[in-house]
Amino acid sequence: MFVELQDINKSFGNVKASQGVSFGIEKGKLSALLGPSGSGKTTVLRMIAGLETADEGEIRIDGKRVNELEPRERGIGFVFQNYALFRYMNVYENIAFGLKVQKMSREEVKNRVEELLSLVELKGLEKRFPNELSGGQRQRVAFARALAPEPSVLLLDEPFAAIDAKVRGELRRWLRDMIHRVGITSIFVTHDQDEAVEVADGIIVMDKGRIEQTGTPGEIYRTPKTAFVAGFIGEPVIIKDFGRLKGFSAEGYDHAVIRPEFVEAFKSDNAHFKKILPFAEKGVIKDIVFRGNTYAVKLDVGGMELVCHRSLERRPIEIGEQMNVIVYRLFAVKGNDIELMKNGNLGDDSSDQLEKYLYGDSGYFVG
Amino acid sequence: MTDRKDNAKLKGIRHRSIERVLIIISTIFAAVMLVLPLGYVIVQSFSKGAAFYLSAITTENVISALQLSLFAAGIALLVNTFFGIMAGILLTRYSFRGKQVLGALIDIPFSVSPVIAGLSYIMLFGRTGWLSPVVDDLNSLTGLGVKIVFALPGVVLATIFVTFPFISREIIPVLNAAGTDEEEAAGLMGAGAFTVFRRITLPHMKWALLYGMILCTARALGEFGAVNALSRTRGETFTLPLEVDALYLSGSADSIVAAFAVSSILVLMAMLLLVLKTFTEYHMNKTGRS
Ligand SMILES: Nc1ncnc2c1ncn2[C@@H]1O[C@H](COP(=O)(O)OP(=O)(O)OP(=O)(O)O)[C@@H](O)[C@H]1O
Ligand SMILES: [Mg+2]
Repeated sequence: MFVELQDINKSFGNVKASQGVSFGIEKGKLSALLGPSGSGKTTVLRMIAGLETADEGEIRIDGKRVNELEPRERGIGFVFQNYALFRYMNVYENIAFGLKVQKMSREEVKNRVEELLSLVELKGLEKRFPNELSGGQRQRVAFARALAPEPSVLLLDEPFAAIDAKVRGELRRWLRDMIHRVGITSIFVTHDQDEAVEVADGIIVMDKGRIEQTGTPGEIYRTPKTAFVAGFIGEPVIIKDFGRLKGFSAEGYDHAVIRPEFVEAFKSDNAHFKKILPFAEKGVIKDIVFRGNTYAVKLDVGGMELVCHRSLERRPIEIGEQMNVIVYRLFAVKGNDIELMKNGNLGDDSSDQLEKYLYGDSGYFVG
Repeated sequence: MTDRKDNAKLKGIRHRSIERVLIIISTIFAAVMLVLPLGYVIVQSFSKGAAFYLSAITTENVISALQLSLFAAGIALLVNTFFGIMAGILLTRYSFRGKQVLGALIDIPFSVSPVIAGLSYIMLFGRTGWLSPVVDDLNSLTGLGVKIVFALPGVVLATIFVTFPFISREIIPVLNAAGTDEEEAAGLMGAGAFTVFRRITLPHMKWALLYGMILCTARALGEFGAVNALSRTRGETFTLPLEVDALYLSGSADSIVAAFAVSSILVLMAMLLLVLKTFTEYHMNKTGRS
């Protein structure tokens, strides 16, 4: 592990910002620190950088304990949430700053700045001041500036938060490609799971100053390990008395987390679902939200509000229409533990054979 | 935009009629209370002709008072710039126990009458004061015979006291608004504390600092109460305001005009500072917006 945190505790007064935080990041990997607002993500990042001191625990970079090192001795590049560009310096001076303080020769500084300017595609904007740049350009200057002194670790605090939703997607891909190209070990903070899933090689989920789960985006998404992660990732709907759903028993559980992809709604005359029609609930369509590639359909099933996604290819539906609703599986929550529970009526292999119910023989939705 | 604004009905407290009344009242107030008296000073100072004016402002007492005024203001400016920046950085960049208290202490000169400040220095450094043994010890140690009360050091101390908050109070809000991100970013890139101050912090607060320095100078030059308490000898420990007062109180027709003439020097310096202040204000607003 290139960057390692071990049993880190940190309090601000009586606010416990970090509690027993431990994780490791492999060299060259891009990791996301994901969690809701106030979960302690920035604090973790600032402790790695040395801008904040851990009360307890050890931080290692490249196998070396860095707790006692000054921020500038740690070899860290930091991209601040609002970029923190030096507002009284132009783009060139911003990027050159870290090189000049290292007493690099004028010639070397010039070459390195130019190299970085072409890397981030900002050639020609050297003379601009930060307030004369767009959000995306500012981010790129901040990125180039952080990389200039050739740090061994790059930390980014919500690098996309200040960017227009429209160009955010584009910048995400740009940053991911850039970091992989440079090959620098990086951690970025985000509270947006789509961002984490799309950009990161690995995700560290935090809540209330604790690490909830670490893993690849796929692992985090498919197999949440704690009640918090199940309720945070995906589009979770919390259902209290899920025992009322046919095929599930709620005994001993607190509640269930049901994702849209666990739910299917179909019309009574749909031949593909004939076999499971007896196990289905009756549900009324409450709302239909167009999502571009699918509809998100909100259903009222005996007072429970479930959501499912529906392909645009399928037959039209309308609000108020009665549907047959089947829940294939759900995450049953007990305390902080969760369990993937399958619909008992569909047999053990129901989730593996999910496709059978969803697609016709042609491979397309027919119903 | 401007067209629309002019035609549109102004909302809330902003009404055309209110605007006019406010403009008229403020202008009359400023004219009667501020401009008229100063204009009167200038006019009166020349009431006995230019030759009288010249001789009135070149007496030995006036020259000495002018020198002392400039000297005291200069020292106060230096000392307060140094401590003002220190206090500003301490109060905005560090958190420690008693920070609130220290922040309040700095403002004491704003709330305490200058006369009381002067008197308290007399008590403190006077023959029975708490600090007089310290001064005596220092004097016997260094072989110097420094006297504080009713002497130049007292005048300078009093001037420093009354102008102490001006610089820190100007730069603290600017430092707070600028935040610490840029400083942290610079530090992470390897810059030492002094480089961070010089390259990042100072450019942020430069205009506010200058503004505070101008206010500090203006206040130092104009100070009367505190200096009056600590100063007794005309021609030696008198500053310009004290000299004006002395001339005026001596009561002869000539000396009253002379008092006006000397006052005009202060008015002139104030004007100069006013121009400088407006200039820095303009820059402060400009950088504040970006
Ligand atoms: N300097 C500080 N002084 C006091 N409390 C702080 C300080 N910094 C953070 N905290 C507290 O520590 C907790 C974690 O804060 P942190 O900024 O790390 O959260 P975050 O996950 O980055 O949140 P966000 O997504 O809103 O940026 C919060 O409760 C916050 O109020
Ligand atoms: Mg944060």
